[in-house]
Amino acid sequence: MTYIVKPKNHHPLLEKNELGLTRRDYEGAVSTLCAGCGHDSISSAIVEACFQLSIESYKVAKLSGIGCSSKAPAYFLNQSHGFNSVHGRMPSIATGAAMANHELLYLGISGDGDSASIGIGQFIHCARRQLNMTYIVENNGTYGLTKGQFSATNDLESKSKYGDDNLFPSIDLPSMAIQLGASFVARSFSGDKEQLVPLLKAALSHKGFSFLDIISPCVTFNNHNTSTKSYDYIREHNDALSRPDFVPSGKEILTDYPKGSTVDVPLHDGSLLSLEKISENYDPADKIKAIQNIQESQRDGKVLTGLLYADPEAKDLKEILNVSDKPLNEMDLNDLCPGSEKIKDINSGLK
Amino acid sequence: MKIKSVNDFVIKFANVNGSGSASANQMFAKGVFRSGIPVSPKNIFPSNIQGLPTWFEVRVNEKGYLGRREGIDLFVAMNPQSYQKDVEELKAGGYLIYDSSWKRDFGREDINILEIPLTKLCVQEFTNPKQRLLFKNLGYVGLLASILEMDKDIYISLIEEQFKGKEKLIEPNVKALNIGYNYAEENFKDYCDIKVNKSNKTDGLILTSGNDAAGLGCVYGGATVCAWYPITPSTSLAESYSKYSEKMRVEIGTEKNKFAFIQAEDELAAMGMTIGANWNGARAFTATSGPGVSLMSEFIGLAYFAEVPTVLFNVQRGGPSTGMPTRTQQSDILCSAYASHGDTKHILLIPSDPKECFDFAVEAFDLADRLQTPVIVLLDLDLGMNDWSTKEFEWDDNNQYDRGKVLSKEDLDGIEKFGRYLDVDGDGIPYRTYPGTHPEKGAYFTRGTSHDEYAGYTEDGVKNAEMLTRLVKKFQTASSLVPSPVFNQEKNTSSMGIIYFGSTDCSMQEALDVLDEQNLNIDAMRIRAFPFNLEVWEFIEDHDLLFIVEQNRDGQMRTLIMAEGGIIPDKLVSILCFDGQPITAEHITNKINAHISGKPALVAS
Repeated sequence: MTYIVKPKNHHPLLEKNELGLTRRDYEGAVSTLCAGCGHDSISSAIVEACFQLSIESYKVAKLSGIGCSSKAPAYFLNQSHGFNSVHGRMPSIATGAAMANHELLYLGISGDGDSASIGIGQFIHCARRQLNMTYIVENNGTYGLTKGQFSATNDLESKSKYGDDNLFPSIDLPSMAIQLGASFVARSFSGDKEQLVPLLKAALSHKGFSFLDIISPCVTFNNHNTSTKSYDYIREHNDALSRPDFVPSGKEILTDYPKGSTVDVPLHDGSLLSLEKISENYDPADKIKAIQNIQESQRDGKVLTGLLYADPEAKDLKEILNVSDKPLNEMDLNDLCPGSEKIKDINSGLK
Repeated sequence: MKIKSVNDFVIKFANVNGSGSASANQMFAKGVFRSGIPVSPKNIFPSNIQGLPTWFEVRVNEKGYLGRREGIDLFVAMNPQSYQKDVEELKAGGYLIYDSSWKRDFGREDINILEIPLTKLCVQEFTNPKQRLLFKNLGYVGLLASILEMDKDIYISLIEEQFKGKEKLIEPNVKALNIGYNYAEENFKDYCDIKVNKSNKTDGLILTSGNDAAGLGCVYGGATVCAWYPITPSTSLAESYSKYSEKMRVEIGTEKNKFAFIQAEDELAAMGMTIGANWNGARAFTATSGPGVSLMSEFIGLAYFAEVPTVLFNVQRGGPSTGMPTRTQQSDILCSAYASHGDTKHILLIPSDPKECFDFAVEAFDLADRLQTPVIVLLDLDLGMNDWSTKEFEWDDNNQYDRGKVLSKEDLDGIEKFGRYLDVDGDGIPYRTYPGTHPEKGAYFTRGTSHDEYAGYTEDGVKNAEMLTRLVKKFQTASSLVPSPVFNQEKNTSSMGIIYFGSTDCSMQEALDVLDEQNLNIDAMRIRAFPFNLEVWEFIEDHDLLFIVEQNRDGQMRTLIMAEGGIIPDKLVSILCFDGQPITAEHITNKINAHISGKPALVAS
């Protein structure tokens, strides 16, 4: 993954968060992705969300697989440890890491090739196990690094840049995630920061498996007028369920827009995801309705965005496995070794 | 003619799998062990749950020879499907015990047949159809206790221990034991000339399997994460870790686990979780067998190149491909040593008995942390799944875990610029940090792409070559840290040497005694680890001719020695066994004798 180090000069009047940090403190290296790549907008939304939440970067682990999307962790949160693993296997690395220390925040960045094809098994089981992490798919419907092959999230009617027809139907990752038991599922668009940043903040604050499918157009290989993952197509077909606003723990609800009917999702840390309903009958706590909404919208040729489903009370993997509150990586010999007396008992039991 | 022997015989049981026979056969072996005579029970089972032939061999040997031995002295034939083949294996003068509820002519005059109508007796005594079937097994155990003149109370104690907490089951089980015992007392008094006499040769020994021992070693070695995928013959290793952890690793008060035990969706995920946990500072391991190693190989290369400690137990089975999942081989030497694409080399630890499985499991975590690289512990099915009479486990409470070169927050405060892959100490081993250690220092990107000393991506070929060269240096450092070989002699006195490893040890001890009796003086060395340390090379240098004894077709250890040491092939003669059965002392001595007398020894029988 190529990168260029960014100079560290801050303007003295830059806005600061509760930790006294500016947005610049959450940045990474200069991106080497194509100019206009949706992934860069997502990186800047992550910077914004982490800045606003006053997250301590060094308590975040950034994990990825292989592909353009998986390069992105180099472009935000310089002070976080990163793990650029192998293709499609980020979820297993995240699972092991999260078991070793449940106190860090795990942010997985994947792509549609990485998650919907080579790594679909790991994606499925990671969601099913309720791993406490935020899992982002930067979904552009194409294999960018290998120059424009169709990915499994590309729509059936979509054509390649070179005019080839996509012969197979697309895999809808949010529907799968909901069905698999993910407890926070949303879809957004890299070009809609208003929607994306609050959703990211909520996802990062949610305890359990938070899945975000972010449509992120590939300017080089999948932004033509026969693509269903282009900037123009998504802008025209974006069907937002709600206008989200994230309210941190203990803060007053202040939305930037006049409030209509709202749905509030209180998260386990006391924060609140407040959703101004746009769509009728929208209830993010209803799993079946959520899947129905997605299917209907797809049938109507729209791209449904917003918080699709959330269960803030769901158990995460650590709770399911009843793992100690003291992080396993902090345990030493005194915590872990049964000692010589126990070995004598074991020996006598084996005679 | 009758075979006459005290505390030295081989008994084989033929059963139908899924009929509960293995636990009864195990009980027979344990009874002999409790009588003070070392035993080596071996379960020879099909890859199937119910209905196919299965065998169980127990070698009883007061001298402590625990390797498999050909030729059966006593045969308990309980499976008509395999009668014909079974009876052929019985030595002349041997004893055949079979269920005479259906009489049979075996067509052999040179054997002694003990008929017991077990099915009829069990149908008379029990009404439950399941019990009628199951208790035939304990019936023949009772018969054996009688004809071998063993202490019946030992078996009653074993039944009581087995059903502790389910006392209702003790009485019918003891009754089943007595059916066979009493029948034999009435019908076969003084008939059998094979006896078990009480002895004290099991003092200081325990009866356990390599998988059980290795799982326990992981608990003692401080492993907190086990991610695994079921595969024979490694499954019981992960299950042993889970069993011991549930007993000894639960927080008092909160009742929460000081471990995470995760059954992964496949071997790839199992290895990914293991790497992720180790990267984050927990000691983690996975256990698998050949097919799993193939699947894990991409990840093993990542751990090697990104320098993440990783512990993998490979309990080898018969290959290639799906091969013989329930038979033993040592055929993953090369695929373990060089797992993954590109230039990779991995630490191998090769234990020879359950005690060493425990010790090497503990040591594997220290070595992985110290060397920041995958450590593969190579067991095989025979060592992993069968019970062995092995030395008691030991633990010194002064032991400490070696977590290797890990920088704390304080350490980082004192460093101007942290370089994850800088060779600060000149031993090829860099320093690492755990995520979340320091607010401003020590963060880096772990990656499988080419990188510089500061973990930054680089496409500079010279820089990448430097990194690869440093990994060679690290591997050289490893050769001084891994377990040294074990020598059979204090000083080399022969121009010929034998090199062997792993579970071959038990047969080799016997083979060396036999060669000694034949006045063939040959030195012997047991390799316990890769990379080979200096003593291994000295031993090879010191001898003109070396026999390399291995349980595979291609002489993989021989290839490894040739490749790593530039040793002339002519000097290294393979003694091979790859029929899925554990190698025997007779096989080894025959092949060595054949070579010395000028006959080729390259093909296994």
